[in-house]
Amino acid sequence: MTSRAGGWALVAPALLWTLCFFVLPFAVMAAMSLARLEGRELVWGFDLGNYARLGDPAIARAVLVSLEITLTVTVVSVLLAYPLAAILAFRVPERWRRLALMLAILPFWTSYVVRSYSWLLVLSREGIVNRVLMGIGLTDAPLTLANTRFATVTGFVHFFTMLLTLTIYANLVQLPRNYARAAQDLGASRWQTFRHVILPLTLPGIVTGAFLTFVLCIGDYVTPQILGGNRELALPQVIMLQLGRRADFPLASALSVALMGMVTLAYLLSARWLRLDRL
Amino acid sequence: MTLRRLLVSTALAVLSAGAAAAQTINALVWCDHADPALIAPFEEATGIRVNLREYEGTGAALAMLEQSRPGDWDVLVIDGIDVPRVVEAGLLAPLPADRLPLGDLFPQVVLEDRTTRDGAIYAVTEKFGYNTLSYNSARVPEADVASLDRLLTDDYAGRIAIYDYYLPVIGIAAAHLGLDTQSLTEADLPAIREVLFAMKDRAATVGEVVASQTALATGEVDVVIGGGEWLTGVLEPEQPELTWTIPDRGAVLWSQAIGVLADSREPEAALAFVEYILSPEGQARLATSSCYWGMPANRRAGEHLTEEQKRILRWDSQEDYLSRVQLYPAPDEALDAAMQDLWLEMLQR
Repeated sequence: MTSRAGGWALVAPALLWTLCFFVLPFAVMAAMSLARLEGRELVWGFDLGNYARLGDPAIARAVLVSLEITLTVTVVSVLLAYPLAAILAFRVPERWRRLALMLAILPFWTSYVVRSYSWLLVLSREGIVNRVLMGIGLTDAPLTLANTRFATVTGFVHFFTMLLTLTIYANLVQLPRNYARAAQDLGASRWQTFRHVILPLTLPGIVTGAFLTFVLCIGDYVTPQILGGNRELALPQVIMLQLGRRADFPLASALSVALMGMVTLAYLLSARWLRLDRL
Repeated sequence: MTLRRLLVSTALAVLSAGAAAAQTINALVWCDHADPALIAPFEEATGIRVNLREYEGTGAALAMLEQSRPGDWDVLVIDGIDVPRVVEAGLLAPLPADRLPLGDLFPQVVLEDRTTRDGAIYAVTEKFGYNTLSYNSARVPEADVASLDRLLTDDYAGRIAIYDYYLPVIGIAAAHLGLDTQSLTEADLPAIREVLFAMKDRAATVGEVVASQTALATGEVDVVIGGGEWLTGVLEPEQPELTWTIPDRGAVLWSQAIGVLADSREPEAALAFVEYILSPEGQARLATSSCYWGMPANRRAGEHLTEEQKRILRWDSQEDYLSRVQLYPAPDEALDAAMQDLWLEMLQR
């Protein structure tokens, strides 16, 4: 067997897997997005009408809501995760680091649905957050926290901060300590060292984590459904509405393709810094 | 016929068919059928194993049936409003009237025009209840839930949840406007839109079953529009202040039906399961199933319910309630699409 044939043989399982579980399903979905429903009948064809529905006010707003929530979650998670990762990498003694990392991934151990419902209880009018706020006199009456966009963002941030912490931490621990010392020997302040040395070198970890956060957040149905209280719908919720009762697979497929388009755009914007191999 | 006799005769019928050993049926059901207390007695008595698959939303069920091989499924439980849709699609088999306790059902929930076609019975109502108002009686005076008028004021801003299903809530809005839910047209939608928007403007959440229950139970909201006994029944033992009522202008009746799929590989066993579910004992268990409670369609189920269960289900008030409610709106395809668009518009408001 030539080395070329051997190479193909080695990648064949992965290629086959991608073909069966990504390319083919995506092709079916793309074809479905160009079909239309006539009554209860599915009519295959080349109809862009489903994509035109992206201009419907309710659906356009869902796109906007999804983008707003996702960008907010990504930014807040990065801002919280970076210092946490830095503390883990530079401040926590090595013997405690393993335990600290385990604590960081604890949220991954619980069911996604259970975690979302738990947040609903924590943020409810009689939940612990409102009790504490009223207990310390910050508010006189309970605040409406559950079933809001704030609740959705909180649920997401809880999860994605930990994900980002891991990707940034993986980047930080690989940095030779000498870089920071060299910068300071050359007269750089701590801020300048961070701004001009540490941050640029950890950018791949940040972008990788932020990209994963974007992808997982924008396509998530459970968290906004449980914590958002349906006061506004994100795009995955609108997709599910098409399937739940109407069984409008063509429109749901078109909206899913649009969702994938947003993910692709995010990938292209971040590709320069993306280092998925560091995960 | 007692349950014992029914089950013994079923078991004998199955045995005589020579198919008793390891016979299995697959049922596409709502979550109330997944209660072991409902299924185990049937399995033990007949030896027929019941594989259950829960679903939400008729669209999801139809998609599952479409993606399955013919014969994969034997029994279907479905929203009463959608029975004509599945009959029209040829998915259900006709049922033998002489093996169904039709005479024992509450006449108001037989819904013959939906469950029969050309004289043949394709499904039977197995459970029903009301989409109306659930509320916290410790916080909401009874007079306030006598009509939507009081609830749709700013006094209730942020204190309302809306059940996330367009048909019953549109039905409630229509009843509030004095409209006949069975004669709705697109011309009625602007007025209904105003009521829905007024609800949404005051709603803290629009949620499915568990979300609505959680919102009411945790004090997040004080009223659930679209709720009913199915929402508060399982909460009432722990929180007796959570209750429900039918406003003066009425509410809507929900129902779910059971049938045998036309291409079932085990039609006799599937029919036996349907017989069991419709039997007084099966009905009592289904009514008080762990997922949600609801009124059994068979009046004789009362013989097998405890007084406490009957109190929670308000057994003795059913005739009065049934006289005050309307059926779910039954839109044609065009009106159904318009209603769903209106619902999406309301959600995104």
